[in-house]
Amino acid sequence: MTTGPTYEIAIIGGGIMGCATALRVAAGGMSAIVLDQGDLGQGASGVNAGTLSLQIKRVKLMPYALKGHHCWEEMGDTVGFAKTGGYTLAFNAREAEMLHERQTLKSNAGAPIEFVSNNQLRAAEPNLTHKVEAASFCPEDGYANSSLTGQYYRGKLRDAGIPYREGCAVTAIDQGDGFTLTTPQGPIRANRILLAAGAWLKPLAALLDVDLPVNARVNTVSVTERLQPLMSSVIGHATGLLTMKQKANGTVLIGGGWQGRGTPQDGRGTVDADTVRPNLALAQYAVPALSAARVTRSWTGFEANVPDFYPLAGALPGVPDAFVLGCVRGGYTIGPYISQLMGDHILGREPEMPLFDPGRDFEKDTI
Amino acid sequence: MSDLNDIAVVGAGPAGGNAALVAAQSGARVVMLDEQPAPGGQVWRGKTASILLAPVTPETTAGNGLRSALSESAATHLADTRVWDILRNGDHWSLQILRNGATEQITCRSLILATGAREYVQPIPGWTTPGVIGLAGATSLFKQTLSLPGKRTVVSGTGPLVFFVASEIRRLGGEVAAVITPNTRADWARATPSMIGQPKLLARGALWMADLILARVPILWGHAVSEVEGRDHVTGIKTINLKRGVAGLSFATDSLCLGNGLIAQIEAAQMLGAAIRYDPSLGGWVPVADPDGATKVDGLYLCGDGCGIRGAAAAALQGTLAGARAARDLGFSAPSPPVRPWQRAERFGRAMTALSIPHADAHALTTQDTIVCRCESLSRRDISTEITTGATSTNAVKSGKRAGMGPCGGKYCQTAIAALIAEQTDKSTSDVPPPTPRPPLRPVPLGQAAGDFDYDDLPIPKPAPL
Repeated sequence: MTTGPTYEIAIIGGGIMGCATALRVAAGGMSAIVLDQGDLGQGASGVNAGTLSLQIKRVKLMPYALKGHHCWEEMGDTVGFAKTGGYTLAFNAREAEMLHERQTLKSNAGAPIEFVSNNQLRAAEPNLTHKVEAASFCPEDGYANSSLTGQYYRGKLRDAGIPYREGCAVTAIDQGDGFTLTTPQGPIRANRILLAAGAWLKPLAALLDVDLPVNARVNTVSVTERLQPLMSSVIGHATGLLTMKQKANGTVLIGGGWQGRGTPQDGRGTVDADTVRPNLALAQYAVPALSAARVTRSWTGFEANVPDFYPLAGALPGVPDAFVLGCVRGGYTIGPYISQLMGDHILGREPEMPLFDPGRDFEKDTI
Repeated sequence: MSDLNDIAVVGAGPAGGNAALVAAQSGARVVMLDEQPAPGGQVWRGKTASILLAPVTPETTAGNGLRSALSESAATHLADTRVWDILRNGDHWSLQILRNGATEQITCRSLILATGAREYVQPIPGWTTPGVIGLAGATSLFKQTLSLPGKRTVVSGTGPLVFFVASEIRRLGGEVAAVITPNTRADWARATPSMIGQPKLLARGALWMADLILARVPILWGHAVSEVEGRDHVTGIKTINLKRGVAGLSFATDSLCLGNGLIAQIEAAQMLGAAIRYDPSLGGWVPVADPDGATKVDGLYLCGDGCGIRGAAAAALQGTLAGARAARDLGFSAPSPPVRPWQRAERFGRAMTALSIPHADAHALTTQDTIVCRCESLSRRDISTEITTGATSTNAVKSGKRAGMGPCGGKYCQTAIAALIAEQTDKSTSDVPPPTPRPPLRPVPLGQAAGDFDYDDLPIPKPAPL
């Protein structure tokens, strides 16, 4: 019935992880194809706030985040990378205590985080509020432009001769003598598959009768019109409820994990004004001059996670030659690096750092 | 303002105004929200107090009728009000509105969107030079303040609007250097059968033409403006004969009115989940709605040019249909107005829209160096390169080049960009939908969106896992 080539691997999901793994396995000599239900890099990879901050990474993921930062630095201008340094702020005693406790642990894990005085902070960021109780600084922090993810990986896949199909949702997966994927653009055959569909991993794995306990957070990001320079580094908040940076073009990007509505299965998420408003208020509290800036857009992206908030990276339980990669907390930062590890694993090589068994018990912290 | 309304109407033009009227008459508690100081929308726009004595047009009369009916109606009218977000909350809608410099929330059981149209200007070299104004934009100047675009104006564009604008400029004492329209006399002859049903409108059009001909204003049929001259201000324009592809006459002028038809403002309907479809005779992408405004989305009704460009006469009739339908669906006893008059008006409206849509070769006028996205100063070459390297949707071009990420949110550029994508990827325009709409529906100052804020009230969730 089927025609066309049989690929050594079909990768379902054309975000950072799907595309970067494709590049890694192809560099190792494996023939790959990347499929995405929409356009490349239009899911979480392309709509997140682009923050590259070691200060908000999980302690046990710090070695991966440090490697991730190097990947982004190498991608450089093509992804709008900027290493600006970043400040995390506490506005009261309770937050200051939390900041000290958490940043000390992250510093011990290898992130070059230091605590700074109010005078240092004001000299560096004169437009910040004076109501700061404590602040930490990490010179490694910065951002990249997540909007450029699709453009970047389209070019990389083309240069590497890796085919990709956009608007190509996989609706069924048949096993037996490899995999046959049903898509609107005809069947696609492959000897292996990698599921890298982000928040859509759960329905995708269900096609193989595997129940992955994937949940989706609906993170909201807002952006202003172009403004005069107001801040030169990434600004965060001890609670994680604010991330903010001013891009080279003058726009200010405001995030912090405030929750919108909707589920991946329903299609796209919806911004909830009741959560956007406190997010904007917190941004204005940190930088009062933002008050007059016009907000031009707010949007949401689905951030996938499992109950222990560690990645899924390894063999799909119970399905030989099927792999899964996703649910990486800090996935934008760590994505390009963990995809290299995943690619090496698929190629049968020993990865430089351990992967995260998707078959583990998610209720126990066994990582 | 926190009390639940039965019906909220967004827009107070011919459609929204009539929807609010009929719904309020049925006993429903109605609130109507509009950005303008007075009801009337764009076509029935009210005059500012300083020029109330100016000559009366049929639009003024129709608008005055609507304004006086609304002032006697039980419907609450919130003027100078901007709706910036709408969300379904259980069994009702929540609208974030900006009024008197602060955000308020309005709730309603059913929502009628009458968001109207915006105009499309095909980018040509020099179209962003000061002195160039949209055709529909020029009518706003006339109606509200009796201002003219310049001392000597070239009027160029499609459909009937080009003749209306030219005759209004003359009536207000300005000079029209030339009228330039891509339509041919044959285009108009083909549209005539659809116009017979609206003899009054047909007669008005004949008067505009007679005035221009008697005044010996040059009318260039089958032509388009190919270039605007002048650095800091318009000094002249060049034309092209579209059929023969050769240069036409040039004109010295200090201003240019330029337009290529109207586009339905569909972003709010799209955001709320209304399906959209492509229909060039309705101005392009339009939301799917029944003649009486009902949609597949619970409690959402659409009417007027915002669900397809059919003109003010059809909009007023559809407003009544939608207002009555929304009220009946909530259990109020509203009439069931006949659909026939709307169907007749819509036939005329569609014919005018068909004349107004950009000429098939219009995007050839956009040269490689012409600015297409004016917010981000992106040329046709910038956009085309992005398409060539694999961005085959409006969302992908937006992500890669920021076309549509400026203050206009893509309202100026997306029609031209979709045409370029279709051309370069051999797709039909109906396969290139507009990008995903995002709130706020209009830019909102951050402090006004955020509102009053007490730091200690900030909801602090469980901290992220370490």
